[in-house]
Amino acid sequence: MQIYDLIIIGAGPAGITASIYAARKKLNFLVISLNIGGQAAWSGDIENYTGYQFITGPDLAQKFEEHIRKYGIELKENEAVLALKKSGETIFVKTNKADYQARCVIIASGKKSKELAVPGENEFKNHGLTYCATCDGPLFSGRDVAVIGGGNSALDAALQLIKIARFIYIVNSADQLLGDMVMRQKIEEAGNVKILNNSQVLAVLGDKFVKAIKIKYGGIEKELAVSGVFVEIGLFPNSEFVEGVEKNQKKEIVVNLHNQTNIPGIFAAGDVTDVPEKQIIIAAGEGSKAALSVFRYLAKTRFSG
Amino acid sequence: MAKSVKVYSTPTCPWCLRVKGFLKENNIEFKNFDVAVDSGAADEMVKISGQMGVPVLDIEGEIIVGFDKEKIKQSLNL
Repeated sequence: MQIYDLIIIGAGPAGITASIYAARKKLNFLVISLNIGGQAAWSGDIENYTGYQFITGPDLAQKFEEHIRKYGIELKENEAVLALKKSGETIFVKTNKADYQARCVIIASGKKSKELAVPGENEFKNHGLTYCATCDGPLFSGRDVAVIGGGNSALDAALQLIKIARFIYIVNSADQLLGDMVMRQKIEEAGNVKILNNSQVLAVLGDKFVKAIKIKYGGIEKELAVSGVFVEIGLFPNSEFVEGVEKNQKKEIVVNLHNQTNIPGIFAAGDVTDVPEKQIIIAAGEGSKAALSVFRYLAKTRFSG
Repeated sequence: MAKSVKVYSTPTCPWCLRVKGFLKENNIEFKNFDVAVDSGAADEMVKISGQMGVPVLDIEGEIIVGFDKEKIKQSLNL
């Protein structure tokens, strides 16, 4: 089996930037990713990525894709990494389609929406339960819906839904909303929102589609009749497939200033790591740093052994 | 003959934009239904796909949910 110099996992801002640097260093490498653009593609308006005074998430993702295509990089799309482990000097990467081997990897798999982990969640995904208000919100026009969460992304979802849905419950586990004051005010002023603080979702109910959620509010279990559930309770790093690598409490991969993990040859970059601040531009910068570190590591190990 | 392609989408969803961009790049003609304003199309989309996520493609009766590039390529012989 071919042993690559490097396998890059993920093609968001970190993975794509790492790929461009690796291509320019003429490394023998492969990129494996579920999609191109990562979370950047889901962003609304971006006004803090240097060089673009204004660009939308999908447009920036498109620019990233054009840039990676220019180099003719070997890219496996729609492929999910299931396991990654180092044995001897080789790193083994297992995906849902094939097995690969490499001397180095850069894990740039980003974050995904956190799930509720309650009965009915999996069953009703895309059957009334969604993690993307921007995408699916308009399908709930004139209906009653629930937004789960109390941070900025939950408030953003609620604000989008105010104009679409008939009535919105915000089911928030904390004792008050945590999002920006400006957003909170707008929500409190809207006539069609009820905020339920100190409340937990216990189950999602329905037949073919969502019909209700069961919540615990003020110590009492009750059902809310809703046909839409928007889960906005934050993000979780895509780090489950990595074995033996040190992670922090949030399950983010711990890296040093050179993007190295505790295992030589395994590097990580972007939102999946413990780097402070999760921003597109930071992820991109970390990706480039990781690729350059890999280049140095390969040069060193090649000639010292 | 070219297959008839319908896209059910909302104006704001990133994957809808990507799907439409991909079809345009490949010079595929398609009819777009904005389910945010066209409730008839929204009902139709839920009926044919049995789910409520966008985008949905209807390629001569073959239903593809999401931006599944491989399936779209296969279906359109790209």
